[in-house]
Amino acid sequence: MILVIMTESALFTIFVVAYLFYLGKSLNPPYPREVLEFPWLGSFLLFSSSGTIVVAEQRLKKGDRGGFHLWWFLTILLGAGFLIYTGAEWYHLIYHDGLTLSTNLFGSTFYSLVGLHASHVIVGLLLLSLILIASLTGNIQHRHHEHIEMISWYWHFVDGIWAVVVTVVYIIGMQS
Amino acid sequence: MANSTETLKGIGTELTPAPPGHEHGTLTAWIQDLIFTVDHKKLGFMYLGMGWLFFIAGGILASLIRLQLAVPNNHLIDAESFNGFFTMHGTTMIFFFAMAMVFGLANYVVPLQIGARDMAFPRLNAFSFWATFFGGCFLFLSYIAGPGLYGTGAAPDASWFAIAPLTSRAFSPGNNIDYWSLGLLISGVGSITGGVNVMVTIFCYRCKGMTLYRMPLFTWLVLVTMFLVVMFMPPLSAAQIMLVLERFFGAKFFEAQAGGSPVLWQHFFWIFGHPEVYILVLPAFGVVSEVIPVFSRKPIFGYPMMVAATVMIGFISAGVWAHHMFTIGMDSFSVTFFAFATFVIAIPTGIKIFNWLGTMYGGKIRLEIPMLFCIAFLFQFLIAGLTGIMLGCAPFDWQLNDSYFVIAHFHYVIVGGIVFAVFAGFYYWFPKATGRMLNTRLGLWHFWVFTIGFHLTFDPQHFLGFLGMPRRIYTYQEGRGWEFLNMLSTIGAIIQGIGAVLFIINMFYSAWKGKIAGDDPWDAWTLEWTTSSPPPDYNFEEIPEVRSRRPLWDLKHPEDPDWKFE
Repeated sequence: MILVIMTESALFTIFVVAYLFYLGKSLNPPYPREVLEFPWLGSFLLFSSSGTIVVAEQRLKKGDRGGFHLWWFLTILLGAGFLIYTGAEWYHLIYHDGLTLSTNLFGSTFYSLVGLHASHVIVGLLLLSLILIASLTGNIQHRHHEHIEMISWYWHFVDGIWAVVVTVVYIIGMQS
Repeated sequence: MANSTETLKGIGTELTPAPPGHEHGTLTAWIQDLIFTVDHKKLGFMYLGMGWLFFIAGGILASLIRLQLAVPNNHLIDAESFNGFFTMHGTTMIFFFAMAMVFGLANYVVPLQIGARDMAFPRLNAFSFWATFFGGCFLFLSYIAGPGLYGTGAAPDASWFAIAPLTSRAFSPGNNIDYWSLGLLISGVGSITGGVNVMVTIFCYRCKGMTLYRMPLFTWLVLVTMFLVVMFMPPLSAAQIMLVLERFFGAKFFEAQAGGSPVLWQHFFWIFGHPEVYILVLPAFGVVSEVIPVFSRKPIFGYPMMVAATVMIGFISAGVWAHHMFTIGMDSFSVTFFAFATFVIAIPTGIKIFNWLGTMYGGKIRLEIPMLFCIAFLFQFLIAGLTGIMLGCAPFDWQLNDSYFVIAHFHYVIVGGIVFAVFAGFYYWFPKATGRMLNTRLGLWHFWVFTIGFHLTFDPQHFLGFLGMPRRIYTYQEGRGWEFLNMLSTIGAIIQGIGAVLFIINMFYSAWKGKIAGDDPWDAWTLEWTTSSPPPDYNFEEIPEVRSRRPLWDLKHPEDPDWKFE
């Protein structure tokens, strides 16, 4: 899983570099400072889901199956909430501000970077749901503990990437 | 899930107890087994077989290119097809021949060398193979499917590094570039998953007693290679995703009209592209590091330095990419930095060459065919390295970039270095994989014909570069002094082709009628030679335990074991 995270990081790096390189180089509006708003709600949802997944794991270690299900489900809800938030943000950008993938350099790099992250959230949610279903149907046993830990690592990684994306896309990006 | 694998495994063992091609089962059963197999040895075979298939395809393209360039004002091939030919030749040879060889050898040899029964993730391994294979098929589909430029098929034609503005919709209508980007995206996923798999195998599945410091050098070099695959394939995939977004959805990444920068594409490509050279050459070093000690009857000279040099190459290779781009107009700081980094990487490479020489020095050299290929490798790779340093001097590069000198340089690396090492590896491990020796007489013919052909093809190209012949031109005028050297080069290419055909004949002939090899025909020292040839499905009856770098030496010489000295 460490290797997967390494290789994924390399993938993200290139998109981050492209975004930073093209920052302020778009020839036509909309520019980031006009249309971007800091994603307080989305970040809150996603970052707190990293907390809930830790709690879920601890419950599982203590053998508290019900608590595990509850916190795990909460993680899925928070992740899904983040996706809905991103969807709403994109809807606003596309239909209100007229920013699409092909509008300008900012549009291309913004949607590809944030979209790559969102696609990882989707994969993460699928994995999380798979675990929940397997656990509810009783297919998860104690020996699967490591698998669950790996999936939570992946989820933390997706969160970590979001921290980078927020810094790059919003905090640095909104300057230009 | 578990159930279905059980049955699959059941079918597998029933149908093919022997290596490919024998008594049991019908043709369909054999194909079915190839499709469903998750065995690292069979997948290794399939990688290698796929590699040779694409080698033939790429070789045919190369021969056509050389035929076209044999005489001035030639019109055997028109310009559009020629562009397609050199693009396809480069792409095929790098991604579907050389990469397949890397993964094939790694798949076959690494688990045997570290005393494991299979890879860490056998099913992922099968996935990696099929992704790579279908990526290659998809690329070649371009010749028969899809609309391209008027009547020339849809072969990608923007050179193997897909120069940026050329790849945009405006300059490359049709689907040609899409075959390139999507095909390589698919095979890239296969390579990355394969890389993860091999690394996990090496880290977690070594047999008892095999510390990292006792690992055979081939395994060490594969480990560093796979690290490079995992770190530097994603930049290519990312760049290709951008290209796909640009071509299909109108995104703007590399389009100068929208403020985009075609130079950024070059950076992205070469961030992958230069480590890629080391991805290909490190396993070749690994083969040489296995073969030279065994045929010099001495342990490898300076094992710790070999490992350190490998790791150093791995790291430095990440910081040299822009030496492919000296002519795009970088500031003098960047030029100096990348030129300097390029010189620095010559140091660990030099250490390796001296250590191989040190291994041979004072040894009892047996001039068997694997050793012959390794000796030729040493000479040729040295020259390749020297021309590399010449090109690393930025002012020299300004003069000769995109000339035939560059072509000669990297063909010396890839053919003179990597292909020769792959041949050495084949002659060395073929007896283990099939139980039969490759024929020596045919092997000698193969070696000499191929070596002479190689030098005849690529030596003149250095001079063509000096005489100013640019790469990627489809024909040239008379009276520039290029005629004789080009003719020589074409004759060389044909001789090389004959050499390659001799090798392929040798493989089929020897697999069918070769001398029986026995478990350890070369009197070697690493673990793969302790099991039978070909190895059983489970590799080792008992997982071995090692106490030194040469476990088989300890076994053969209990009075003078290695572990007393390490």
